[in-house]
Amino acid sequence: MLVAGVDVGSTQTKAIILNENSEIVARGIVNTGANVVKAAEKAFQTARSTAKLEEWDVSYTVGTGYGRYKVLFGDAQITEISCHARGASFLFPNTKTILDIGGQDTKGIRINEKGEVIDFCMNDKCAAGTGRFLAAAADVMGITLDELGDVALQSNNPLRITNVCTVFVETEIMNHLSKGKKGEDILAGVHQSIAARSVSLLRRVGLEQEITFTGGVSKNRGMIKSLEEKLGLHINVNDDSQFIGAIGAALFALERAKSHHDGHLHQQEKFISAKELAI
Amino acid sequence: MSEQKFKYQGIGRDYQKKLLTDWYERLQNAKSVGRKVAYLFVPGNVAEFLRVFDFELVFPEVNALQCGVRKTSGDLILKAEDVGYSSDVCGYVKNDIGMMLQGNIGPSGTEIPKPDLLLCTYCGCTTFIKWFEALAHFYDVPLVMLDVPYLRDGEISDTDRQYIVEQLKEIIPLCEKITGNKFNYDKLVEATKHSAEAENLWVQILHSAKHKPSPFDSYFEAVFFMAPIYVLRGLPECADYYREALKEITERIEHGVGPIPDEKVRVVIEGPPPWPHFRAFWELLKHWGVCAVASSYSKVGGFWDHGFRHDYTQPFESIADYCLTCYTNQNLPMRTELLRSYAEEYNADAIVIHSVKSCRSFSVGQADMREQFIRKWNIPTLLVESDLADPRYFQAAQLKNRIDAFFESLEHKRLVSA
Repeated sequence: MLVAGVDVGSTQTKAIILNENSEIVARGIVNTGANVVKAAEKAFQTARSTAKLEEWDVSYTVGTGYGRYKVLFGDAQITEISCHARGASFLFPNTKTILDIGGQDTKGIRINEKGEVIDFCMNDKCAAGTGRFLAAAADVMGITLDELGDVALQSNNPLRITNVCTVFVETEIMNHLSKGKKGEDILAGVHQSIAARSVSLLRRVGLEQEITFTGGVSKNRGMIKSLEEKLGLHINVNDDSQFIGAIGAALFALERAKSHHDGHLHQQEKFISAKELAI
Repeated sequence: MSEQKFKYQGIGRDYQKKLLTDWYERLQNAKSVGRKVAYLFVPGNVAEFLRVFDFELVFPEVNALQCGVRKTSGDLILKAEDVGYSSDVCGYVKNDIGMMLQGNIGPSGTEIPKPDLLLCTYCGCTTFIKWFEALAHFYDVPLVMLDVPYLRDGEISDTDRQYIVEQLKEIIPLCEKITGNKFNYDKLVEATKHSAEAENLWVQILHSAKHKPSPFDSYFEAVFFMAPIYVLRGLPECADYYREALKEITERIEHGVGPIPDEKVRVVIEGPPPWPHFRAFWELLKHWGVCAVASSYSKVGGFWDHGFRHDYTQPFESIADYCLTCYTNQNLPMRTELLRSYAEEYNADAIVIHSVKSCRSFSVGQADMREQFIRKWNIPTLLVESDLADPRYFQAAQLKNRIDAFFESLEHKRLVSA
């Protein structure tokens, strides 16, 4: 039996296919763009094609992320908060606290040993301290997002970035550049600024070890270093950290598919039909 | 609900709607029939006192919330911003200023008469002062500031009470001069009697939410049911309304039905509603079978459910106590304890805080409240933010995400522990 989880985020859409032993069979990732429905289909298709699978090979699909109701081929939707909790607990079973930095939001999630959400906190109203903040910095520096963290790591003298606004930070960076400051020092400052905001978010939710870092920004080595320095603690990061939401969704899908298969419905989660709540 | 089985369903809302329509019409005609008009705020209002002089009463927050529900507040707020009000100023204020700039046509299309008196009951909301100062400037009418001491240590002192009573007595000559009507103690007694009667009935409706399932939503339905006790207090028709409304609730209890067809989660709600998206917000919660069994917002007009009544044997003193105990005049520990006690008394599963971006008097301290509910008392608490009047602050996708994640995990925990 195969199941899938599709995590439609604000920037990227991720798909994961699991087999019945909870092993990852395939991954797919695409930029979300303007057409959310297409992005979900494309990510799913990408994953399927890497494992040479057809749509009917996958018996159950759970959608998550902001665009979860746009996973029209999905069987159920679960918020990414529950899915990140489930996914992080699967990859790192001792996880107690999760930091998820995505394209437009940052979440602190506290979970119990079963991977269930105890509490969560999110950035409010504003993209400060999210992936978008890094993207703005990368834009103004004329480098790609992938290079950003590595450039920051070269700094010996990080500058203090005082702006928390994603829009105004560009002006601050330009101001530093005009004064002849080094790019790596500016970027190290940007990373430290995000780390400081993220850690205060984690403290609000209750910081307990182990901490697992998820979301697109968890690929950024500069961010991992800044966070570990700020926390004075090790944080778990996996090559699949970016896929954790999709993995969590797929694990829920597996649970659901198995209970269907067993002929009884054990309602551990609230599953909503896509048609019922298509928004 | 079949016709034969249910006789009174819908009466609470329909009757309320009629009373408000009549009230707005009365306001429109006030000047032509020689009535004077006083503006005052809902929290800690001294309606009974002003009834003695036959003032027609205008409550700017009620106009603002009605504009919000009718989705006209956004344009009015922009009007106020055009003349210089900042985006951080209270949405109600800007709605009111915008309405005034557009000829003071109220939410139902009728004209709101200009004030002859502005009576600001300062009950913990500093914005009230600036709001009425602005109106006094625009309308060039007398502004009276009724200074209500903050409940610093949670107790009403006799000094504070007397301080308010003296202020009320000082205002009498001004009210007499404006209206030409002499102060009449018997009329004050009568008005407080009418109020107490309505208060007794309203409390029965509020307490009914202790039933399971709750026959009444103390937030989403209460906002309709509570309107008469705000705008008509001190008049006999106010109690008439609650007698009828109580029949609707009693009938629901008899048949074991409530506003949520399948009540799954009972919550206490803190903070005013996002009026321009009132229905959408309710739907987000209804989806999870959420019923609000108690709320602080339904008490902004008064804390009758905790025993307070206007007292005709000492009308001045009871009006003073009413001002002192209003929600915005209470300190943070009192507000926190109130919500905690509601969760216990009404057997709630969680607390939901709707934080209002442009309302500091409500929002300050809510994040700390949340911490206490979760850590000290182990009450799951959700905090979401938008605004009470400004439609721009309602982010449907983010709100849905937070609400779904919260109730999803609540339901999960319940199923796992079952």
